[in-house]
Amino acid sequence: MNRFIGFLKKEFYHIFRDKRSLVILFGMPVAQVLLFGFVITNEIKNVKIAILDNSKDYITKELTDKLISTDYFILDKNLKSANEIEGIFKAGHVKEVIIFESNFAKNLEKESKANMQIITDATDPNTANLLVNYTSAIVMDYVNSINNNYKLPLQINTETRMFYNPELASVFMFVPGIMAMILMLISAIMTSITITREKETGTMEILLVSPLKPAQIIIGKVTPYVILSFVNAVIIILLGMFVFKMPVQGNIALLLFENVLFILLALSLGILISTMRNDQQSAMMISMFALLLPTILLSGFIFPIENMPWILQLFAQLMPPKWFIIIIKNIMLKGTSFAFVWKETLILAGFTVFFLALSIKKFKVRLE
Amino acid sequence: MKNEEKVISVKNLVKKFADFTANDNLTFDVYKGEIFGFLGANGAGKTTAIRILCGLSSPTSGELNVAGFDVYKQTEKIKQNIGYMSQKFSLYEDLTVYENIKFYAGIYGLSNAQIKFKANELINKLGLQEVQNKLINSLPLGWKQKLAFSIAIIHNPKIVFLDEPTGGVDPITRRQFWELIYQAAESGITVFVTTHYMDEAEYCDRISIMVDGKIEALDTPDNLIKKYKANNMDEVFLKLARKN
Repeated sequence: MNRFIGFLKKEFYHIFRDKRSLVILFGMPVAQVLLFGFVITNEIKNVKIAILDNSKDYITKELTDKLISTDYFILDKNLKSANEIEGIFKAGHVKEVIIFESNFAKNLEKESKANMQIITDATDPNTANLLVNYTSAIVMDYVNSINNNYKLPLQINTETRMFYNPELASVFMFVPGIMAMILMLISAIMTSITITREKETGTMEILLVSPLKPAQIIIGKVTPYVILSFVNAVIIILLGMFVFKMPVQGNIALLLFENVLFILLALSLGILISTMRNDQQSAMMISMFALLLPTILLSGFIFPIENMPWILQLFAQLMPPKWFIIIIKNIMLKGTSFAFVWKETLILAGFTVFFLALSIKKFKVRLE
Repeated sequence: MKNEEKVISVKNLVKKFADFTANDNLTFDVYKGEIFGFLGANGAGKTTAIRILCGLSSPTSGELNVAGFDVYKQTEKIKQNIGYMSQKFSLYEDLTVYENIKFYAGIYGLSNAQIKFKANELINKLGLQEVQNKLINSLPLGWKQKLAFSIAIIHNPKIVFLDEPTGGVDPITRRQFWELIYQAAESGITVFVTTHYMDEAEYCDRISIMVDGKIEALDTPDNLIKKYKANNMDEVFLKLARKN
């Protein structure tokens, strides 16, 4: 026990005396959560629009008011003719133009039908799509509200995005993904670096010649990172809760348990990498390429797995972060209990045991 | 020969890597308290042999006994009884002198009281009082080397293995380093040292010279110089190496 505490102390000295690892350990997670949370969003806010109102009646007024009273749109300019549209898009800051036909209110009253046109700057197709969806949703909402007065047939809106509070949806999607990514990166990269560093400096040989058993060396080296990664997981959850107002519906203890399991999984991957490499540089490169890219691309973090070709879907099943993200989303957003995530948990546990067994075997082989 | 008690006994050691034979049928004994030099050019198989004796690598065949224990079956017992210092002398650069001593003494299972006593003794002996709380990376190479050696024997091992311990330092520091080796040998620690500096060879009680994985000669430096009608170890070595 004395030996073990001495070993831990030494590891903490390494970590706290190395500014680079401190930054990776604590700066990176916070920066990434904030960056991803604020930058990668699927929602729109304060988009500048222009309106060409050929009718100027009370309905187009009301509609315009309704549109710009939301947080989504800001009225940049009232256009006088259709000729101006091209120019205003080219100037760049206006992303959407709305055109009301003449006699808009009259047409609506007489024929219960009126036309408006939404033109968007589709150089950024995602934003354009969102703008159209938001605008038509607001219009439909308005139409529904006046339907009652005019006894017009109800129109059916197939666009349902608005009703799910899109403002928050994207952050909710990203927090579990970022959590998976950061825990994977920190735990795997840091462990593979710390072990290969001892190989580089030659101290690993001394440790192996000493009475310490290989398992003791590995446990001693990774325990500090289990503790620090756990602290990180808690920081990320807190940031999610308080900065992004992400709810935690489920059991906190269960959530933390799943985090620990995932950290162990990532650490075992880090150990595995360090048994295959002898220098910090290549261990870091492998951790980045073998772990970071699949975590981002194939875990369902950003790109939905269902839309991938079947071969990639198959690969995605082999990505531990995918299962972790499912678990976290279930616990945080849906408040599900262990009964609903035990399968995924079992898969994570299986991965962990597999990687640990493999790395212990590899580590021993290196000794021979 | 100071003592007839064998602390290392090697019979027909063979180590093969695929189709390359690094150690070809080595047989030798090392006696308690002697300084045994293991000489050879780079790639002659010195490091391979030392790694096998330390339990870092396993032999292909042969009978090996280190500190009274069998290399195949009693590796754990051997580890408790040996010290090891490699070419990279292996201190933690980002730990202080005192922390390094404490850490290594700790992994050999010394008690806190023992660690404190040993650490102070060592710091006083090497005259490191001024720098005991400084990081290793601020020390000159020669100091690091002496410290690394002292740490390698902090648990009073029966044998200490030194793999080219004096690489890259000036002759004066090397001389000082050998003072430490003599002191250790006098206190009963057997010293097994590899080197390719021939002047160092003459400091050893006995030396073995390896050429291409085989031991070509094994005797005291004086006897070897007489036998090969040479003026110094350098000439002995050249004659042996040219023979092949």
